[in-house]
Amino acid sequence: MVLVKRLVLDVLKPHQPNVLEFSQAIASTDGKSRVHVTVLEVDEQTETLKVVIEGEAIDFEAIQSSISEMGGSLHSIDEVEVQGKDQGG
Amino acid sequence: MNLLDQASFLLRITHSRDIMRRYFVVNGFDGSLTMLGLILGFLLSGTSDLTIVINVCLGAAIALCMSGLSSAYVSESAERRRALNQLEKAMVDDLQESAHGEAARGVPLLIALVNGLAPMVMSLLILVPLFLDRVGIPLPLSPLYAAVVVSLLIIFLLGVFLGRISGVSWLRSGLQTLLVAIVTAALIYLFI
Repeated sequence: MVLVKRLVLDVLKPHQPNVLEFSQAIASTDGKSRVHVTVLEVDEQTETLKVVIEGEAIDFEAIQSSISEMGGSLHSIDEVEVQGKDQGG
Repeated sequence: MNLLDQASFLLRITHSRDIMRRYFVVNGFDGSLTMLGLILGFLLSGTSDLTIVINVCLGAAIALCMSGLSSAYVSESAERRRALNQLEKAMVDDLQESAHGEAARGVPLLIALVNGLAPMVMSLLILVPLFLDRVGIPLPLSPLYAAVVVSLLIIFLLGVFLGRISGVSWLRSGLQTLLVAIVTAALIYLFI
């Protein structure tokens, strides 16, 4: 089994909910991951974010669903860090 | 998220709190002035049968409630659908299953409820003296005059509420709305 430790996502979202609520919603999917969000670009109705998620075992499906529920759209997965379970210390 | 938090969240992301507050004041004022007008009309006609007064006022209150519910729902649904379509264009994505889609369906209902219930609640409060008289509770003045006093008080309080929102003097704002009620009463006395 492979555990996802770190993800860097490119996300487009409407201005509302704001970045704080958006990142809280992502972090609350498992309650353990650390979420770091940077606003890269602001347009009239949308904003582009770089979302960095770090955790012990990130549930990508749950993250993706949380982004969709908040009205966001996942454009790309820019970085991934995974770890095989036998590698864990 | 509980139901109240969810409603608050949907109102926040659609910036609908202000609209809801505006509807509450506008239609609450509408209901209060309508009741004041009806009661003054009955007073000037010398009607003493409170059953007729209550029934007519309740009929008007229900009509105002239904009018508020339906008009706000139809107009807000159209506005929210339009806003969602624009956002979907900007996002190049279907947002029906997102919080924005949920807001487009739920927020018009919430606003319609406020718009419909505001005149109904104000009207029922104004009619309280009439209900009290019907159940035999003695009042310091005649029930119709007491209802007029309650309606003036509610109209003043709506002004106070507006004053507090806008940050101007609550007394001045309350007196302004009260003045509207007094002018309305004067016009009724003049034309009946």
